[in-house]
Amino acid sequence: MYPPSFDYYAPTSVDEAVRLLDQHQGEAKVLAGGQSLIGMLKLRLAQPGALIDINRIPDLSYVREDATFLRIGAMTRINELHASDAVKARYGVLFDATAEIADPTVRNWGTVGGNAVHGDPGNDLPACFLALDAEYQAQGPKGSRTIAARKFYTDSFTNVLAPNEIVTEIHVPKAAAGSGSAYSKMERKVGDFATAAVAVTVTLAANGSVAKAGIGLTNVGPTALYAAQASDALVGKTGTATDLGTVGDLAAKAASPVADNRGPVDFKQDMIRVWTRRTVTRAIARAKGGS
Amino acid sequence: MAEATPIPGGIGQSIGRKEDARFIRGKGNYVDDVNLPGMLFMDVVRSPYAHAKITGLRKDAALKVPGVLAVITGADLAAAKLAWMPTLMSDTQMVLPTDTVMFQGQEVAAVVGVDRYAAADGVAAVEVDYEPLPVVVDPFKALQPDAPVLRTDKGKKDNHIWHWEVGDKAGTEAALKASAVVVTEKLYIPRIHVSSIETCGCVASVDVSGKLTVWMTTQAPHAIRTVFALVSGLPENNIRIISPDIGGGFGGKVPVYPGYVIAVVAALTTGKPVKWIEDRTGNLTADSFARDYHIEAEIGADKNGKVTALRVKTLADHGYTDAAANPSKFPAGLFHIITGSYPFSKAFVEVDAAYTNKPPGGIAYRCSFRVTEAVFAIERLMDNLAHKMNLDPAELRMRNFIPPEAFPYTSALGWTYDSGNYAGALKKAMDTIGYDALRKEQAEKRKRGELMGIGISSFTEIVGAGPSKTFDILGIKMFDSAEVRIHPTGKVIARFGTKSQGQGHETTYAQILAEELGIPVDGISVEEGDTDTAPYGLGTYASRSTPTAGAAAAVAARKIREKGAKIAAHLLEVSPNDIEWKDHKFQVKGVPEKSKTMADVAFAAYTNHPQGMEAGLEAVDYYDPPNMTYPFGSYICVVDIDKETGQVKVRRFVAIDDCGTIINPMIVDGQIHGGLTMGFAPAMLEEIPYDEQGNSRAPSFLEYLLPTAVETPKWETGKTVTPSPHHPLGAKGVGESATVGAPAAIANAVIDALQPYGVTNIDIPISAHKVWRAIHGADAH
Ligand SMILES: Cc1cc2nc3c(=O)[nH]c(=O)nc-3n(C[C@H](O)[C@H](O)[C@H](O)COP(=O)(O)OP(=O)(O)OC[C@H]3O[C@@H](n4cnc5c(N)ncnc54)[C@H](O)[C@@H]3O)c2cc1C
Repeated sequence: MYPPSFDYYAPTSVDEAVRLLDQHQGEAKVLAGGQSLIGMLKLRLAQPGALIDINRIPDLSYVREDATFLRIGAMTRINELHASDAVKARYGVLFDATAEIADPTVRNWGTVGGNAVHGDPGNDLPACFLALDAEYQAQGPKGSRTIAARKFYTDSFTNVLAPNEIVTEIHVPKAAAGSGSAYSKMERKVGDFATAAVAVTVTLAANGSVAKAGIGLTNVGPTALYAAQASDALVGKTGTATDLGTVGDLAAKAASPVADNRGPVDFKQDMIRVWTRRTVTRAIARAKGGS
Repeated sequence: MAEATPIPGGIGQSIGRKEDARFIRGKGNYVDDVNLPGMLFMDVVRSPYAHAKITGLRKDAALKVPGVLAVITGADLAAAKLAWMPTLMSDTQMVLPTDTVMFQGQEVAAVVGVDRYAAADGVAAVEVDYEPLPVVVDPFKALQPDAPVLRTDKGKKDNHIWHWEVGDKAGTEAALKASAVVVTEKLYIPRIHVSSIETCGCVASVDVSGKLTVWMTTQAPHAIRTVFALVSGLPENNIRIISPDIGGGFGGKVPVYPGYVIAVVAALTTGKPVKWIEDRTGNLTADSFARDYHIEAEIGADKNGKVTALRVKTLADHGYTDAAANPSKFPAGLFHIITGSYPFSKAFVEVDAAYTNKPPGGIAYRCSFRVTEAVFAIERLMDNLAHKMNLDPAELRMRNFIPPEAFPYTSALGWTYDSGNYAGALKKAMDTIGYDALRKEQAEKRKRGELMGIGISSFTEIVGAGPSKTFDILGIKMFDSAEVRIHPTGKVIARFGTKSQGQGHETTYAQILAEELGIPVDGISVEEGDTDTAPYGLGTYASRSTPTAGAAAAVAARKIREKGAKIAAHLLEVSPNDIEWKDHKFQVKGVPEKSKTMADVAFAAYTNHPQGMEAGLEAVDYYDPPNMTYPFGSYICVVDIDKETGQVKVRRFVAIDDCGTIINPMIVDGQIHGGLTMGFAPAMLEEIPYDEQGNSRAPSFLEYLLPTAVETPKWETGKTVTPSPHHPLGAKGVGESATVGAPAAIANAVIDALQPYGVTNIDIPISAHKVWRAIHGADAH
């Protein structure tokens, strides 16, 4: 449980951090909250030649809502996101998820950027960002680019980020009037990764039917999953038992879980079905002004 | 104990624990806090395979790692005849393998370096070639004729370790045949692990005179010293075992693990102190497991639900060696307490043990030697019998309990229970929880299709090993000891052969002595765990400390009082026959104003003792208990189940315990709270499953699910007091009652909730997916 030796850098700007990453040509790893990376180092699952600690870079930790986005600095701690008034009022899915990731210690250290980028299918924020149709802003040696969350994840622990890029900000489309969202996580105990979890966002039309929807799934596939068919099927619906049945079934179909200590495949699929129904109901209730 | 003037900190008082002053300030002194000049660190290479031939092992690269000083292999140990060591059950265990590894996580080599990082780098650089061999994971398959034989080193022709049986086989069979109702169930009690927060470790140091001192995480330092002496050939006076503060033992720190032995070898070969601290995965994958009993139990009853006979057939999975920590005459521990709280007239129990490619063990994880397994089986079966007969499970128990007037009661399997009032405890539990109202609520909910369950466990424990005629470990009788010395100013130092791991001995023993000596508890210091100073004893496990060493404290104090009475008589100028011990003082009979305190007497013992009497005031007692003690209790658990997800929520849990005379109610309550949580854990969360290749599927706390404060139910505790007639204080053990009693109550509640589905069993841990399967069936959706 002791890592091999590595070089350690603590840059004070994103430019410097990117330059260091670039110099190390894939041999370096960004150290954010360390709640995933340090464990992997101790188990020697990751053996980077260098750590680029981005904790000393100022101005990467904030939660700001402007006319178009909720902007979350990559180094915002999970607990800080949870404490944001905007999140509590209008981004229920993030408010829920940030209360259920790991335990308070991990949430005080772990960052939103790290959680979004790390790529463990059990990370809870990616499904939220998929449902919210968020974008990740990444900076590399040639400048900055924006990547849609729905195009970010390629496989477990792999994504489209280049080894010399750093995610600096996450953009969540500003919550529209009549929108509501929720996250439900089924876990074996506190601090556990999800057995199955579902993120749902809806925006209601004036007549109360769903105008826009997004459904993301946690830990039931190689990456967090965007349940496109289920999301589309929810549009135009009001959340009747039949609606929920249809959407739940489609979400379950989108899931491709593997059997493990948390349960067999058919159980996990059914849990997606059940929790999709329950979470859609909660999201619609919130969109109508409930809490 | 109605006392006019209670002695400060005497028996029955909930005083704060003496040891907490250091524990809650982070000032405990654990093995990893021991740092010696020039100390080296040891780390262990572990096998990735569950069964493999070692075809090559190269040290060279590791020895080139900066800071690495030595690599120790099985071949090195074999040269010193130390590659194998005996287990407590007289089986043999590898310290390091010379040719074959038998389980995933087994120690393969050790690396000694100047710090932990160097040692870890060295571990990564040791090159081992493995040739995988067929793996035996399932103990039933292990016993089939075509199974690969694991212990060819012992000349074995199969994987069967031993068969053990007790009771009247033919009589039981006849009684079952004649019974109006028979209920049979197969129960698996899975492999779990004590997973103390402090893992195992030691610091081994040899001084210039050749004296070996080992600070180690052991619950039984004296026995360990003797074993070390016998195995190593070192003279026993040249071995000192110090067991400092221990961060949880629970039975897991009774055995000798390879790491300890290798660290001693490393200290002897390098000539420097060597520290070895196991990491979590090493702890969970290689140190002794507990349980792993496959039980098939059958009970018969007459048409009124009166139990008639009990038959139990069990297969024990011991891993590759039987490294259980039972008293030597009891290979299946005290499993034959399985007739429980009920007067079965006939019973028969048989246990077979099998070798598999899993870590060794079978230790008593807070379970008084296989009593958890026994209680779980009998209490689960009693509920199933009630369901089958359409009787309320509480009513069925009430009809059957051994009545208070039947004690001392000798069970069909030969135990003589000292005292009990089982109906009293269940009645109190039912009143506390509001049993009848809950049953009404349940009936209404059932009509609405909601799942609520109520489970009962009315357990009988057996602790305090034990009487020397039957209880020994490797021949050493299971007495325990106290050595009590009163200083001239009336202050006391007392040393014991046991070793607290969080149980609060420094407080409990001091309270016993305060009561018996009439000395305020603040003036009494308790020491344990240093074999150079403490009297010999068998250590702390199986809830034996108060029944044995606690009794020894009382008896030693009474020996001191005998001498004290003579000194008091001398001081008061009366005959010793005129002195009586009353109100914590030596008094002249009938003249209470003429008295001397123990402090007066102590001072005189050094300054003014009668001519012809030895100076000093001290006594030693090696207490050989005349019988075991039999704590008991009744637990009731209420669960609600989410029908769609299978998630179980424990809504209420009432625990009524009876451990006889209570020394410190707060400590007892603490033991019960912790024990209940450790009963809840395997019932709902904890298990070490293995895949077909013998890979552990719970090698860290990511998968080995310790409950947190969030999952843990709110415990509602209460007590009845039925003293033990043979213990000098009337006390029984209590450290394990709750761990032993709780799992069945929880499982029974779940099975009770699932009665609409005709469910008779779900193996623990009761995870959501198992409940979901029970509700939705194999073809759910
Ligand atoms: C006991 C425990 C339980 C946990 N349970 C959960 C849980 O239930 N749900 C959950 O979602 N998570 C859980 N986690 C993970 C936790 O949320 C992590 O904090 C998170 O996954 C990673 O965030 P971090 O800031 O700690 O990242 P780090 O560990 O520092 O980094 C993780 C990875 O992301 C990369 N990275 C980090 N930030 C950036 C960036 N800005 N740009 C580019 N690359 C970056 C790193 O290089 C590294 O590869 C748990 C962790 C622990 C220790």
